[in-house]
Amino acid sequence: MSSPILKLVAQRLALGVVLLFAVSVLIFAGTQILPGDVAQSILGQAATPQALANLREQLGLDDPAYVRYFRWLGGVLTGDLGKALTSGQDIATSIGGRLENTLFLAGCAAVVAVPLAILLGLLAVRYRNGPIDKLISGLALASTSFPEFFIGYLLVYFFAVKWQIFPAISTVFDGMPFLQRLQAVVLPAAALTLVVLAHMMRMTRAAILNVMQSAYIETAELKGLRPIDIIRKHAFPNAIAPVVNVVMLNLAYLVVGVVVIEVIFVYPGMGQYLVDHVTKRDVPVVQAVGLVFAAVYILLNIVADIAAILANPRLRHPK
Amino acid sequence: MLDIKRIPTGAWIGLLVTGVFLICAVFAPWLAPHGNAEIVGGVWEPMSSTHLLGTDNIGRDLLSRMIYGARITIFIAVLATALSFSLGAILGFTAAVVGGWFDTGMSRLVDLLMSIPTLIFGLVVLSVLPSNVVTLILVMGVLDSTRVYRLSRAVAVDINVMDFVEAAKLRGEGMVWIIFREILPNALSPLISELGLRFIYAVLFLSALSFLGLGVQPPNADWGGMVKENKDGIVFGIPAALIPAAAIALLAISVNLVADWILNRTTDLKGGRGNG
Repeated sequence: MSSPILKLVAQRLALGVVLLFAVSVLIFAGTQILPGDVAQSILGQAATPQALANLREQLGLDDPAYVRYFRWLGGVLTGDLGKALTSGQDIATSIGGRLENTLFLAGCAAVVAVPLAILLGLLAVRYRNGPIDKLISGLALASTSFPEFFIGYLLVYFFAVKWQIFPAISTVFDGMPFLQRLQAVVLPAAALTLVVLAHMMRMTRAAILNVMQSAYIETAELKGLRPIDIIRKHAFPNAIAPVVNVVMLNLAYLVVGVVVIEVIFVYPGMGQYLVDHVTKRDVPVVQAVGLVFAAVYILLNIVADIAAILANPRLRHPK
Repeated sequence: MLDIKRIPTGAWIGLLVTGVFLICAVFAPWLAPHGNAEIVGGVWEPMSSTHLLGTDNIGRDLLSRMIYGARITIFIAVLATALSFSLGAILGFTAAVVGGWFDTGMSRLVDLLMSIPTLIFGLVVLSVLPSNVVTLILVMGVLDSTRVYRLSRAVAVDINVMDFVEAAKLRGEGMVWIIFREILPNALSPLISELGLRFIYAVLFLSALSFLGLGVQPPNADWGGMVKENKDGIVFGIPAALIPAAAIALLAISVNLVADWILNRTTDLKGGRGNG
């Protein structure tokens, strides 16, 4: 591996770290934008002055915002995310197991969605403007318009209630056998797959079509290669960089889709944890979970950038 | 200019369905057979001639709730889209015209906002803000304006270097004139087709927030909130929650169809593909 590519990758990584710090400022500021008092909004209008004073002290609200930010940031960097206001539990411990559950669910969805999307994208290009292509883009239009919970509850209604094949509620716990766990996440993973599939497929199709317009594809056509061979041998290798990019961007999208899906299936993951504590106005938990989501999202975007650099010879050997 | 016979079937369906939803939204109190919060029957009664869509989780007429829900959903989504468009477009155009530090500062800020998923940042902000409709519209509008900003800045940068803008600048026109009289009319067609997509996004975002219990608060409910109210029925085989969810999907698809058609039409005006 040559040195310019290492430099490029290092630049992206450094940029990512800077971005993460900026995002932590933004998330912290996002919970401070209320002109009034956070303590008041947490406890409501009926709170006694004593309770307000206690909570202010507990949150350190009497210090200026930047002091609180650096105290929080210092905690985050040393792995101490603070304690939840409502339950008093350590946030880092609660997040640990839940993050694992969420990544397992997202991973299951990705394992199915990625190959399927690429395959369907290839098919759409091979038979473009034919009935298969039309059907695929029609479905894509429909599914980008569907809210996540429509897909989720349709699956529950038919697969869990009418035909009783899979459980409607995905209970998972520590030490659960792998197969049982897999069965529990089938429906949420299927819902997530359907949420990202169409978008990923459409972008794959666009990426490959873009390559198909090159002169060397025309040459391959003129020398009489079969269309599927042209796509397999000439178009696909050159489309890998954009396709990897598409895949990574959609995995980032999947991380967000997880929030709603987890609530539908009462799945004990990060999304459920976040939503619960937003409702309870538990600011420390919301900040911590928001930061974790943002970090995963940014990380996947950086991986997409780096994959694009690695897969593209022109970027690998810049002039 | 608009030849009715040349409107494709897809766009017709889209216009028709969107129109029906709009009529429901505007004339809700006259169209709904029952009041929004009126309890008229048992819990989760099936569809019948008295209650066309059945009743909901506490015995309210689902059809009436749906009609009022259309009003709330569309009202909030329209206002949020209007806010995101005016804010995003004006800031985007200004950034392109002024350039320099303003452009750099705004663009980096937008990049930063877009590096956090909208739903996640929305949830973070809503955890401290009071839950009411005004907050909801402001949060949705401001977060979504980042997308409009990107598009309008990109479009305006291209227009800003054209000769007629140069001429206007030499003529001594002020910035407001340049933005609203020179750039805006020429940037309108890409922005209008984006408008439909942003509206759909606003509907879906609002529904997701309400479904999570952070959007419109009871006893009022938009369609997302109605899904939340009725979701417990699903496990007993009662499909009441699927009806508002399907309505959201239907609205989004039909607006999509219309937006597609407008996109084709506006590219037509510039000598693009000729399909109505």
